[in-house]
Amino acid sequence: MVKATPLAIDIHNLSLWYGDFQALFEVDLQVKQGLITALIGPSGCGKSTLLRAVNRINERLGDYVRTTGEIHVLDQDILRNDIELAQLRRHVGMVFQRPNPLPLSVRDNVLFAHRIHRADEKFNRRKEDEIVEHALRRVLLWDEVKDHLGREATGLSLEEQQKLCIARLLPIKPTVILMDEPTSALDPKGTAALEELIWELHGDYTILIVTHNMAQAKRASEETAFMLLGRMVEHGLTEQVFLAPREKETADYIEGRYG
Amino acid sequence: MTYSDGGGGTPGQSLMFAATKLNTRNHRLQWLVRALFGLMTLILIVPVGIILGVLVVRGGPAISLEFLFSFPRDAMTAGGIFPALVGTMWLVAVSLMASVPVGVAAAIYLSEYAADNWLTRVINLAIINLAGVPSIVHALFGFGAFVIFAGFGTSILAASLTLAVMTLPVVIVATRESLQTVPMAFREACWNMGATRWQTIRIVVLPNAISGILTGVILAVSRTAGETAPIMFTGAAFFFPFLPHSVFDQTMAMAMHLFVISTAVPGASDELKYGTALTLITLVLLMNAVSIGFRSYLRGKKKW
Ligand SMILES: Nc1ncnc2c1ncn2[C@@H]1O[C@H](COP(=O)(O)OP(=O)(O)OP(=O)(O)O)[C@@H](O)[C@H]1O
Ligand SMILES: [Mg+2]
Repeated sequence: MVKATPLAIDIHNLSLWYGDFQALFEVDLQVKQGLITALIGPSGCGKSTLLRAVNRINERLGDYVRTTGEIHVLDQDILRNDIELAQLRRHVGMVFQRPNPLPLSVRDNVLFAHRIHRADEKFNRRKEDEIVEHALRRVLLWDEVKDHLGREATGLSLEEQQKLCIARLLPIKPTVILMDEPTSALDPKGTAALEELIWELHGDYTILIVTHNMAQAKRASEETAFMLLGRMVEHGLTEQVFLAPREKETADYIEGRYG
Repeated sequence: MTYSDGGGGTPGQSLMFAATKLNTRNHRLQWLVRALFGLMTLILIVPVGIILGVLVVRGGPAISLEFLFSFPRDAMTAGGIFPALVGTMWLVAVSLMASVPVGVAAAIYLSEYAADNWLTRVINLAIINLAGVPSIVHALFGFGAFVIFAGFGTSILAASLTLAVMTLPVVIVATRESLQTVPMAFREACWNMGATRWQTIRIVVLPNAISGILTGVILAVSRTAGETAPIMFTGAAFFFPFLPHSVFDQTMAMAMHLFVISTAVPGASDELKYGTALTLITLVLLMNAVSIGFRSYLRGKKKW
């Protein structure tokens, strides 16, 4: 099998256990670079678990979580011991279900990762200003916040907070952005705005997005992967999965027969 | 596995996610900070370890059933510590009976009912300051209030109440802190279903705060069993070779007994002193172990 588009994420035979409970069963998933891939499936099927395996954030639970199989990000085997997690997470950003801006100013939020990774050695106010403006423009937030960058980020509306959470990833130039139900805390207008933003980012970033919203998956993704009970059932172009699913379970789920 | 682009590096070799100089420096710093904090913890633990070690080595040989369960003899230069052991248990039990209900109730009032105004804040501040009052001052207060004014005489009751006043702030502060860790959303959910404040507290808030309250109780027990000054004028006897029959009796107490045989009884053997100290510490640790066990049982049931 030779793919035309390079792969951003290549998951092969991945199984994952929380203690004695197996949450993922021999999952295979190939996410192409620059595309938006939607991950759908009923609650508890392991979507978040899979997402969190890709930036190895599950490991904060310690030995309780056991992983077998392979995950490659940009051709690099990321389950190796000598992987620098700080670098991995710099390249693989994550956006969570509830917007979680840090209790700092808007400006400091955008610059947080940049400063941690100290992309340039010397402090440079003008450079920082540029970075902030660029990131905020990119997430379509600049006009709303440009006059009060010093304000606490936690005071923004949820929609603005979620955009900010995306904006703070951009200065460190991630390749992949993982999004775990990024719009489920937002109202319809916020959801629409965020979907617009996701399209806006498409091409420059590889986006793997978990959603419970079928319409959203259909609208806002190019490929769709369907999971059920810890297994990958089907993965293909979004139109194909929605219009002509290969598996019966996929069809049942999409038509709302369970989940 | 097939990769489309033959991009840099042999497959499986991590170039992109290799540690940079900055990462390495950060790891070194992180390691250093961790080592430093670990060292601080060690500095904290070592003296405790040494004290326990010395007590076990020097007092261990004195401990026997006979030592624990017999009365002092020969002007307290020999014999056991039974009356002091029993007395300390009385003091701890009676003072907890006073401080826990009062302290928990006050904390519930302050955290769940009282409006957040200047008066509440002053009261909170006063409670914190009360914790800093030297125990000898509590002793004098207890003597005046319970021994003389209330007419309890020098008795277990007067001594226990004095200890209760002393430990009250600990119980209140621990309880209040733990009540405040229960998320507001739980309370709102209860209120929204028409529950009264008290129903909310009883069904949702208290069960989730209980482990923190027990932490306060543990601290209170340790202080109660270990203090000498507050009981010296209020109920603990120098030498009282009987078991107390009621809370109106005087009693011996471990901390006081240790103080007495160490300073006022010529000829008491070191073994006796160390043995007494070891028993006191073991008693406190045992009582704490019970609460800690109970607390971790309760924590295990907590699910958020
Ligand atoms: N820390 C954990 N310990 C034990 N089991 C867990 C843990 N986290 C998740 N699980 C279990 O693993 C399974 C997959 O969970 P996961 O959160 O990945 O599902 P999900 O597909 O993201 O669900 P949702 O759509 O509700 O977010 C579930 O059965 C869940 O109960
Ligand atoms: Mg999830």
